[in-house]
Amino acid sequence: MEQKAKKEKVPRQPMPEQEPKVRAKNFQEVPLGYPPDIAMREASRCLQCKNPTCRTGCPVEIDIPAFINRIKEGDFKGAIAKIKEKNALPAVCGRVCPQEVQCENNCILGKKGEPVAIGRLERFSADWERAQGEVSIPEKEAPTGKRIAVVGSGPSGLTVAGDLILKGHDVTIFEAFQIPGGVLVYGIPEFRLPKAIVAAEVEYMKKLGVKFQCDMVVGATVSIDELFEQGYDAVYIGVGAGLPAFMRIPGENLIGVYSANEYLTRSNLMKAYLFPKYDTPIIRGKNVVVFGAGNVAMDSARTALRLGAERVRIIYRRSREEMPARIEELHHAEQEGVELLLLAAPLNFIGDGDGRLKGVRCQRMELGEPDESGRRRPEPIKGSEFETECDTAVIAIGAGANPLLTKKTPDIQLNRRGYIIAEPETGKTTKKGVWAGGDIVTGQATVILAMGAGRMVANSIHNYLTLGW
Amino acid sequence: MYKILKKQELVPNIHLVKFLAPAIAKKAQPGQFVIITVDEKGERIPLTIADWDKTEGSITVVFMEVGTTTQRFALLNTGDSIDSLVGPLGIPAHIEKVGTVVCVGGCYGIAAIMPIARAMKEAGNKVISIIEARSKYLLFWEDELKSVSDQLIVTTGDGSYAPQGWIPDQLTQIFEGEEKVDLIFAIGCTFMMKLASETSKPFDIKTIVHLNSIMVDGTGMCGCCRVLVGGETKFACVDGPEFDGHQVDWDVLLSRQSGYQDLEIQSLQNWESRNWRRTK
Ligand SMILES: Cc1cc2nc3c(=O)[nH]c(=O)nc-3n(C[C@H](O)[C@H](O)[C@H](O)COP(=O)(O)OP(=O)(O)OC[C@H]3O[C@@H](n4cnc5c(N)ncnc54)[C@H](O)[C@@H]3O)c2cc1C
Ligand code: SF4
Repeated sequence: MEQKAKKEKVPRQPMPEQEPKVRAKNFQEVPLGYPPDIAMREASRCLQCKNPTCRTGCPVEIDIPAFINRIKEGDFKGAIAKIKEKNALPAVCGRVCPQEVQCENNCILGKKGEPVAIGRLERFSADWERAQGEVSIPEKEAPTGKRIAVVGSGPSGLTVAGDLILKGHDVTIFEAFQIPGGVLVYGIPEFRLPKAIVAAEVEYMKKLGVKFQCDMVVGATVSIDELFEQGYDAVYIGVGAGLPAFMRIPGENLIGVYSANEYLTRSNLMKAYLFPKYDTPIIRGKNVVVFGAGNVAMDSARTALRLGAERVRIIYRRSREEMPARIEELHHAEQEGVELLLLAAPLNFIGDGDGRLKGVRCQRMELGEPDESGRRRPEPIKGSEFETECDTAVIAIGAGANPLLTKKTPDIQLNRRGYIIAEPETGKTTKKGVWAGGDIVTGQATVILAMGAGRMVANSIHNYLTLGW
Repeated sequence: MYKILKKQELVPNIHLVKFLAPAIAKKAQPGQFVIITVDEKGERIPLTIADWDKTEGSITVVFMEVGTTTQRFALLNTGDSIDSLVGPLGIPAHIEKVGTVVCVGGCYGIAAIMPIARAMKEAGNKVISIIEARSKYLLFWEDELKSVSDQLIVTTGDGSYAPQGWIPDQLTQIFEGEEKVDLIFAIGCTFMMKLASETSKPFDIKTIVHLNSIMVDGTGMCGCCRVLVGGETKFACVDGPEFDGHQVDWDVLLSRQSGYQDLEIQSLQNWESRNWRRTK
């Protein structure tokens, strides 16, 4: 009997979740996390490869087999310490990384069956540590007397700050919003990334000695040159993408048409989902359409459901295969009742004569030859126009580079699309003493890539401060 | 936290608040605004900077009580603090010598137009200021505006003070008179700015308006404040707030400003009912 149980292959452990019907009406987190025994069982599936390919799939190269082995042995403290050698925000990454194209995509087990649930185990370790209430503070190197200004408190800025403070530098983060965290607080909703987790990470940074100056719009309240005048030795720009893309079609200014940035900022940062307990209002549409197919679109659609929509449709001009969202998000959205209207694109919004949105006219598409992005280009089908009703529309078709800061700093060179040009190996910009990374360099990408850039920049800044430009 | 150095109700429902905000005071220019959040539950609301003092490190805003957030703001007093204060935002007013400038202000705009009138005067222009209010008891800063204008015209809707009438009546009188007007600045409620622009259009006098669309972040991140100007979508927070009044699509602006009316009433009712209970 014993022997048989040992031989039996342990399947990938599902994570307990709130029921779709229940969770579609609340803003609490959807996946509930592994309990310790399940985490250990999942960890036991890892083959402990000599040449772990999962690791090369992780942009920050976490020693994945090592931390998983510690979980298997019940050494949760050791596991989180191992992860933190490489990743300062594991509670966040375990929840929002697109594991299916990164670490888990490379897992050997995935070739024949299902990969080890690396993201869930990472999340487990971080949650376990937070629940213990005692987050260990690593030792800092002796003060160097050098001062660094980090502009933007998203994942890339937090990483730069966290790394450099440990090296003994004096770090201040300047953030435009009243709360630090970047997209993690204003974009990604509570049901996917509880704000208490982001707040805990920020608290941790404060404990390390990082100073936060919120309500500071660099480029308006203070310029980069003024930061140098104030005695900063190096500046990191991690301001994110931060410019909403509109579709430039008629009717876009009707009441009820939102950019995803506005819709999600109202709901997340300003807590409009708790209106009228909180003052910021949001239109609680009954019949909502969302344009786009990335994580931002999924977050908008699922937020709409939770705000009381009876029907939510995602309208996308390509097919399911091209959808850039994390698999889990698409899966969760569909489970909750979000409908997909694929191969269709909007032509114009329709108003009710009183300035309010009442419908949208669309056109069917078909896929043609691949374009620069390698994805097949959607082409309109003649005569396929159709109208459909909706009272709220959210445009989640991407973001651009916000020019507020860069316009005021002409000696930082930009690319054609307004993103900052930074050296790939260091993150150095064309302005001496200034680095950039994250979405403002790459365009909207991922949390872990922004963190990877932050790590690289932190090393480069440290070299600069000790060796020179 | 941002400390309130002075709080004063100028006239019923219109309040002046002076904050300690040295970084903003150092940078403020005429025509710029700040975004404030009263407390954790408050909305982010844009307010034009009505005055600033670099030495004291202070900025002053003047606002009207309209919704829940502004009502809660109005309840604060000297010595209290608010959660968040960001600025200075928006493109500053373009100040240069053009000749004769008419500066018009209504309701909170009476204060908001001050820095522009003062700067235009300092730049060597002849400044005629016109302020309007529904009734005499709603007028304020008459002396202040007088001190930065070559001429100040006051008009009240009910005729309780000075001539009966509104800003457009006064503008028409000026345009039909001897004076050649080169530029107009208008700040106040949207309806007044719309009428001022419509009045000046036949006379072909450039009219700069200060759009006050609803905003969230105020840095061009959300696009909530978008307005249609000359057929193009612009963001009032970063492309403005100043625009050519003859190019603005006023219907779109007025419509978008009304987008949350029902929710604002709901919010206010909720807040008031909860507060009555507390005081009883
Ligand atoms: C709704 C949504 C869902 C997403 N979901 C995922 C996901 O599931 N997984 C994933 O990996 N990625 C996801 N992403 C992408 C990911 O969040 C970003 O790639 C990442 O946050 C970029 O980090 P960053 O540090 O470059 O910038 P950001 O997170 O954008 O932070 C930039 C910060 O800088 C501040 N700032 C901007 N301008 C100034 C200024 N002038 N002065 C001072 N501060 C300024 C901003 O207020 C902001 O706080 C999502 C993005 C969105 C919008
Ligand atoms: S950080 Fe992201 S990619 Fe790296 S192991 Fe964790 S979940 Fe995978």
